[in-house]
Amino acid sequence: MKQAISINVNGVDYPGEVEPRMLLVHYLRDVLGLTGTHVGCETSICGACTILIDGQAVKSCTMFAVQADGSNVTTIEGLAANGNLHPVQEGFWECHGLQCGYCTPGMIMTSTQIIDRNPDPSREEIRHGLEGNLCRCTGYQHIVEAVEYAAKKASA
Amino acid sequence: MIPAQFDYARANTLDEALNLLAQNEDAKILAGGHSLIPAMKLRLMQPPLLIDIGRIKDLSYIDEADGQIRIGAMTTHYQIESSDLLKRMCPLLPECASHIGDMQVRNKGTIGGSLAHSDPAADWPAAALALNAELVAVSKDGERTIKADDFFVDLLTTALNPGEILREIRINKNGSSQAYVKMPHPASGFAIVGVAANLIMNGSNECTSARIGITGVAAKAYRATGVENAMAGSQLNEAAIATAAKHVSDNTDINGDLFASADYRRHLAAVYTRRAIQTAASRV
Repeated sequence: MKQAISINVNGVDYPGEVEPRMLLVHYLRDVLGLTGTHVGCETSICGACTILIDGQAVKSCTMFAVQADGSNVTTIEGLAANGNLHPVQEGFWECHGLQCGYCTPGMIMTSTQIIDRNPDPSREEIRHGLEGNLCRCTGYQHIVEAVEYAAKKASA
Repeated sequence: MIPAQFDYARANTLDEALNLLAQNEDAKILAGGHSLIPAMKLRLMQPPLLIDIGRIKDLSYIDEADGQIRIGAMTTHYQIESSDLLKRMCPLLPECASHIGDMQVRNKGTIGGSLAHSDPAADWPAAALALNAELVAVSKDGERTIKADDFFVDLLTTALNPGEILREIRINKNGSSQAYVKMPHPASGFAIVGVAANLIMNGSNECTSARIGITGVAAKAYRATGVENAMAGSQLNEAAIATAAKHVSDNTDINGDLFASADYRRHLAAVYTRRAIQTAASRV
């Protein structure tokens, strides 16, 4: 039986009806058309589908859309404000933190949480924070540098 | 990776959840969903009804009362990992939490959900055994307390009865030396071997008693009683610890899989048990 839900995504309320088994990532992409959040492994490993829900980074492939009813969701599309890149987005741009870009939305959403909890993370702490996000291009070094850049920029 | 169809009900109170569960014997409780949803996506589980207890506010807390630490079943791994009270009073719990999955998983997954799922490679069961935790189960008929020793029955099977929900985890305070060490599977992050050590020591570097919880090795988490017996009353020197650790798989059926054969796991279990005891002993 379909369930009525309302989720606020990037500041906009989206009322709708979903089958309980619809995963949040599919709701965001296929129903709301917000395809910035990627589907990678679908097994809670790769982190490509990471979003913020009420400020917490979660893997949207491991959550049903009904569970997010009444919550505030932030996706990669909601990060830039007034046409200005978020410091983490800018860091990935400046430090070449991506090649193919598939993992990037998830990497960036996770990185915002890392900096949010720890404004001055060490490289070790950044790597620990990014354990749930896989990148098959960069070898991670530029990603770590991007997060360092963002942390400096955000606290400047 | 689409789960089979199911009905969904959100409980706003524990009573509501218990009533729904009493009326629907095959229903599953949805806590953080980080054990259940992956299993449902693989269609290893196809419950007809999910009862979501994620919005029941008074199931998420870390308190101290009557000489006990009390943790609500819906408390997330991250809340435990970052709890100053637990870092001070029971450091094994935050240490164990920090080894679970990754940051996103720890944000959503819950201690109660993990214990009730009883995955043979989950981290919490080892800690619950080492800490002699008491698990409070509630049903429409009332409440009962189950010792961690009696809670893990078999693969994915606990002592919870139909109609019961795990409500709280209780740990008696003690001044013991604790450590959790783990060899994670490189892809899944689950334990190939995880060892929780909880030692009571006296002033002269002697181990008065020990509780050792092991996960990842067998069909369910278990206490390494052979190691505990060898440690009790023993001096905590390198040779004694190494000798005791060799008993970790006594009388145990060891899992083997593509990544780690039973022989390799047996070897790893002894190595990680030694390291867990050494680390705990260094934290007097």
